[in-house]
Amino acid sequence: MDIKQNYFEFYGLPEAYDLDLGQLADRHLELQKQLHPDRFAHLSDQERRLSAQYTAYLNEGYATLRSPLLRAQYLLKQRGIDTHNESSASIDPMFLMQQMELRERVEEAPSHADPDSELAALDQEVVAAMSEQQAAFRRAIGGTSEAELEAAAAAVRKMQFLDKLSREIERLEDELY
Amino acid sequence: MALLQIAEPGQSPDPHKRKLAVGIDLGTTNSLVATVRSGESVTLPDEQGRHTLPSVVRYQASALPEVGYEAHARAVEDPHNTIQSVKRLMGRGIADVRKLGEQLPYHFERTDEGMPYLVTAAGSKSPVEVSADILRTLQRRAELSLGGELTGAVITVPAYFDDAQRQATKDAATLAGLKVLRLLSEPTAAAVAYGLDQSAEGVIAVYDLGGGTFDISILRLSKGVFEVLATGGDSALGGDDLDLALANWLIGELGLGQDLSAAEARYLTEQSRSIKERLTDASQVEVELSVAGAHKTLTVTRDTFGELIKQHVAHTIRACRRALKDAGVSADEVKDVVLVGGSTRVPQVREAVAQFFGRPPHIDIDPDRVVALGAALQADVLAGNKPDSDMLLLDVIPLSLGLETMGGLVEKLVHRNTAIPVAKAQEFTTFQDGQTAMAIHVLQGERELVDDCRSLARFVLRGIPPMAAGAAKIRVSFQVDADGLLSVAAQELSTGVQSSIQVKPSYGLSDGEIERMLKDSYSYAQEDLAMRNLREQQVEADRLLQSLEQAIAADGTELLAAAERERLEASMRELRSLRAGSDYKAIEAGVKALAQASDEFAARRMDAGIQRALRGHSVDEIEEGR
Repeated sequence: MDIKQNYFEFYGLPEAYDLDLGQLADRHLELQKQLHPDRFAHLSDQERRLSAQYTAYLNEGYATLRSPLLRAQYLLKQRGIDTHNESSASIDPMFLMQQMELRERVEEAPSHADPDSELAALDQEVVAAMSEQQAAFRRAIGGTSEAELEAAAAAVRKMQFLDKLSREIERLEDELY
Repeated sequence: MALLQIAEPGQSPDPHKRKLAVGIDLGTTNSLVATVRSGESVTLPDEQGRHTLPSVVRYQASALPEVGYEAHARAVEDPHNTIQSVKRLMGRGIADVRKLGEQLPYHFERTDEGMPYLVTAAGSKSPVEVSADILRTLQRRAELSLGGELTGAVITVPAYFDDAQRQATKDAATLAGLKVLRLLSEPTAAAVAYGLDQSAEGVIAVYDLGGGTFDISILRLSKGVFEVLATGGDSALGGDDLDLALANWLIGELGLGQDLSAAEARYLTEQSRSIKERLTDASQVEVELSVAGAHKTLTVTRDTFGELIKQHVAHTIRACRRALKDAGVSADEVKDVVLVGGSTRVPQVREAVAQFFGRPPHIDIDPDRVVALGAALQADVLAGNKPDSDMLLLDVIPLSLGLETMGGLVEKLVHRNTAIPVAKAQEFTTFQDGQTAMAIHVLQGERELVDDCRSLARFVLRGIPPMAAGAAKIRVSFQVDADGLLSVAAQELSTGVQSSIQVKPSYGLSDGEIERMLKDSYSYAQEDLAMRNLREQQVEADRLLQSLEQAIAADGTELLAAAERERLEASMRELRSLRAGSDYKAIEAGVKALAQASDEFAARRMDAGIQRALRGHSVDEIEEGR
């Protein structure tokens, strides 16, 4: 088995955006039981080294498939589009406007009268916008045409924006503690 | 480095013999050693029947250090040479130690950076050496009690320990001549002790407030697998801080200034600890204090003490909230709450935890012993004594790892609460035309600015071919092993030139220093270094040969062609004959050669394991489908 193979194949799961997360978790534990370095603690250095490599790959695969954003990015990458490392791509101006407004509100949240509730409300909005983009991605990635692929990439780029925003909210929440 | 058991020459080690393995809780205040005996995990007492060993070492000019109770008894009388709570200094720089703001009575060597060396009657001691002296004492206790040399130990560390603190702990074990089977998080060890007892399933929270550290871990238990979902805490908050808060209050009540001598300060913190402990059962305590010319009888109520430590307790609850969020579970999804560490005896702490999680916490296992008991259970599995065990502990990295980029900012490569082992790589480029070297600064922490994170190491990557700015591609890769220890490598990609890098640990010991300390160390004074090298290589050869024999017996027919098997067995014969000789370098080379020759076979066995794991699942599903 090639360690560079597709994560979906590694987990023996169909390559699709919709994934049974319970099944993924079960398989992850089964594979960990076979591969984790602790299984090789009393064996040779070479087996422990190999096992650490496999487990690192396994953990990376699990983190990728489990996260809706990383899974979407990964599916696109398999189709030749790397939205994670691209330097510039055009984004729907309407969406950008909304983002700027949201971002301003996030930046001002710490000086809000009730910063906790304001951040929680903003978080809710980001979550809602995120699931909207996930639905758009799900529709588009099922297709095979160039236009559908481009629509899927556009949805992922928006998800990346939203993800950054949600991290920013999390950071501000941490600072409030 | 470790001294392992060796069979008589010509005799192969008996694979059925039970290996002696222990779990060690290397605590701030007390340490313990435990092992599994007839299927049950037990802590091992000293010759006087005492199970805990105070983590106190007293150095003397011309005698071996005193460790434990006898050292503790001299703490007030000889404060400069008696080292307490050394765990708080592990992996820390001198500047951090000053920032701890404690009334540390020790004299530190005058250095502005690097490791804080303590000046004692027996010379300068690093915190790693002090910890090694505690470990040696526990090791001796275990070997006397079990009647043989130890195969290895699982040593527990706070889940929130950073890389430098973990590395320092591992170095201490190396100095003590102990083989580390695993560095295990204290809360995970506690969960194991509880989980195996009660065959629990579901999400549990472990709240661990020890003498000097605080951890909160959220774990999911499922079919013998303990998966850490998130961890949080403060590696500089513990019972010592509660004592200090009370001591400061006493100073105020006694009308004393801050210019107390080391002995006076230690008297007050010892009194505070005793008051704190008595307040667990009593609602108020009366003490007669006589210090620095002041004599007074004071009454301390539980409420007064509660007020003094309120900030600290609130801080731990905030960490619980964040850990739950990181784990993606709510407080009511937590099925069980486990308390660990002596400081969880404080009633205010218990109440706060019970209130936050909305359920009374478990206290059935002695909170002082539970960590060592869990560590022993894992040591037993890792030593190979329980081949059929399903138990597996999956851990995460507690703090994000990153690199310094332009403008003093930190670029994170591995985020906190990522499952380990993990490997990540990122590409960087040069800033100036013709740049041939690049400084790489590795950091750990959550903040965005370099100055707010912990500096782990600095590297210089040299030999980059001169190119225009931005043309070179430097790939920096991070690898974190199952112990949570990081290694970093860097490579220039565009030309394929591999440049080597030198690691300079910011607050740790270099390999050279460890080697020197090992040579200086009294446990090796009579031992010939060459003899030790030979024994180490023999152990490694035996381990490889034994595991290959087992592997061939299990999968040789299925996974090896006849010619491959013949080549492998020839290489094994070669190593066996080298093993019989006394040239450790030749054995080392033989081990390397055999490891290479069997690489492909080992990889095939891993793959077969993956296939088995997946096949097992499809069978289940077919059955479910019926």
